[in-house]
Amino acid sequence: MHVLLVEDDQQVASFLLKALREVGMLADHATDGKDGLLQAAGGNYDVLIIDRMLPSLDGLAIVRTLRASGNNAPVLVLSALGEVDDRVEGLRAGGDDYLVKPFAFAELHARLEALMRRGAGETPETKLRVGDLEMNLLTREVTRAGRRIHIQPREFRLLEYLMRHEGQVVTRTMLLENVWDYHFDPQTNVIDVHVSRLRAKIDKEFDEPLLQTVRGAGYVLRASG
Amino acid sequence: MLPARTFRSSTFRLALLYMALSVGSVIILLGFIYWATAGYMSRQTDDTIEAEIGGLAEQYRQQGLTGLSSLIAERIARDPGAAAVYLLANRDFTPVVGNLSGWPDAKADGQGWMSFALHDWGPGSDKQHTARARIFDLQGGLHLLVGRDVRELEATRRLILNALAWGLAITAALALLGGATMSAGVVRRIEAINQTSREIMEGDLSRRVPTDGTGDDFDQLAVNLNRMLERIEQLLEAVRQVSDNIAHDLRTPLTRLRTRLELARRENDRPDLIGEALDHAIENADELLATFNALLRIARIESGSRRTAFAKVDLSALVEDVAELYEPLATDRGQQFAVEAPDPLRVNGDRDLLFQAVANLVDNAIKYTPAQGRITLSARLQAGRPEIAVTDGGPGIPAAMRAKVFQRFFRLDGSRSTPGSGLGLSLVQAVAQIHGAQIRLEDNGPGLRALLRFEATQPVAAAPTNGSAAESAQLAPAVTGPEGQQSAGASDANGIRETSGSGQSQRAQGVARRGA
Repeated sequence: MHVLLVEDDQQVASFLLKALREVGMLADHATDGKDGLLQAAGGNYDVLIIDRMLPSLDGLAIVRTLRASGNNAPVLVLSALGEVDDRVEGLRAGGDDYLVKPFAFAELHARLEALMRRGAGETPETKLRVGDLEMNLLTREVTRAGRRIHIQPREFRLLEYLMRHEGQVVTRTMLLENVWDYHFDPQTNVIDVHVSRLRAKIDKEFDEPLLQTVRGAGYVLRASG
Repeated sequence: MLPARTFRSSTFRLALLYMALSVGSVIILLGFIYWATAGYMSRQTDDTIEAEIGGLAEQYRQQGLTGLSSLIAERIARDPGAAAVYLLANRDFTPVVGNLSGWPDAKADGQGWMSFALHDWGPGSDKQHTARARIFDLQGGLHLLVGRDVRELEATRRLILNALAWGLAITAALALLGGATMSAGVVRRIEAINQTSREIMEGDLSRRVPTDGTGDDFDQLAVNLNRMLERIEQLLEAVRQVSDNIAHDLRTPLTRLRTRLELARRENDRPDLIGEALDHAIENADELLATFNALLRIARIESGSRRTAFAKVDLSALVEDVAELYEPLATDRGQQFAVEAPDPLRVNGDRDLLFQAVANLVDNAIKYTPAQGRITLSARLQAGRPEIAVTDGGPGIPAAMRAKVFQRFFRLDGSRSTPGSGLGLSLVQAVAQIHGAQIRLEDNGPGLRALLRFEATQPVAAAPTNGSAAESAQLAPAVTGPEGQQSAGASDANGIRETSGSGQSQRAQGVARRGA
């Protein structure tokens, strides 16, 4: 995995570079907008992390220039501006995801994984499978070890999202944004209740738990086999 | 005596200017009077002299020197008041006939007009008058002088001038006195305001400008200043309250953070404990960041910049989504949760913010309702206005406290022992305000009923369609309803506090939304 980080804050950058390398990514760094654009255009990166506020060239301008020149590498925009209209602006410019500072590295990591998976191409599937858990997207049936599991429509979407990101950590914010489609800040961990309900349905009567909680980060759906 | 400040004040300068202007106009008026009286008399004299010269010259042309001389003699004889002056002189200015002893040595102007001193006839008299005369050269080198003793005229003129001068002096004196009195009055009232301002600047915010109840401009100024001072005092009090609360709310997690870090520092031979302490420290830091983010968020919502992201939102669908998200949480806590949102209810707004607001209300309801308690969430049209209601079975909020719960960091229990930032309702209020909606807390007997009332819109029965400009315009809510005119913080008879964001027009504008 080859990542380019365009970030002018030295402290944030060195922390992120260290953390990215620790999780096994190959990370390059550019400290200003012009360098960032040159490196992004020249290198063959799997994903770009671009700060919005940069010296010499604004982060969104980099994204626009890259998109205009046909570079479709997934871009995650970092910003200290936390409002939805900023996010809309960032996504309109061609960014693929938007993350507001400060953030937990686990959040960034989970989103990068999701972006890179998407970059690999999402073929239209009719069936998803994780271990012995199966989801038929046409009949909307879920079975585990051949046994039919009855789940609600929202639980279906939740499970579908988890299954599409099999083996990846998925954060609560990602679930809110992608399964519930709202950008908001829940005061309580409402998501946890939904996940534990889903877990009760897919894991309770089986030996191997598929849906696991990752402390301080989120959840992961994974078959250990 | 007027205080020295009087002479520096702009009011006094204005009074002086006023005096100068009135004296100036009086001077112009008196000048006209003078011209119309004394001037008229002089012109009259000149006209008479002119006419007489014309007549005498005509006589000379027709009858010659003899005729002229006899006519002059006749005129002199017929003039008992001796006001007329005649003199016919030779080429060398020796008198031929007339009532002057000799040709006057005054110089005539271009048209022959002259003034000269006239001595009284008779011995021993040295009385001197002024005479006005015109000289006229006749054919044959003779000089004719016709004039008038203008003694009477001069006397009248002096009389008029005298009267006018007195009039002017009296006017000036009255204007000066009036201006001074007026400015002293104004200065005194302004000084009262200045004095109060100085006292306030010295720190006594409770001071008020004295009012006299006359309702005049100054009284209104004083009343408005007092209202402004009251508002400032309230705002300062609110700011003080908020900063106290911020300090308190941030000190607690900061203290914990510091303690955790110090513990970690001491446990340097126990990696497991260090890890645990650091995890807790990160949690504390996140709490702090969440509080700051919430504050910033409220501030940004209040600034109104989010209105550019407004689009059509179906409140019923939104309420269903909130219910769907929170129902499991309530069920887990043994609460009954019911939702009712029968018909599409569309308003112009920011979907995420509205979701956040309703979620905050539901979150509170779940937090304060005991097990077995009932929570309802509904969206319906009430008297033509879309309304979202959240009711709970909790302890409710005393009527007197209902306005305060919207203040940032306000907590009912005061102890800050329940989890939460104390910013949830402030955010709901901010969201309501930019949507022109009112947030209202009522007694649910028992429990609390929170109402979010939007401005009236035309009910749309049709399923959601793509936003077109025409439809947006049609759906744009009326700016003010009957209740929308209530200003923020007005209380009604039931002690129900209502805050309103009325008067803020909403703009319909399409926005790109990111897909799932």
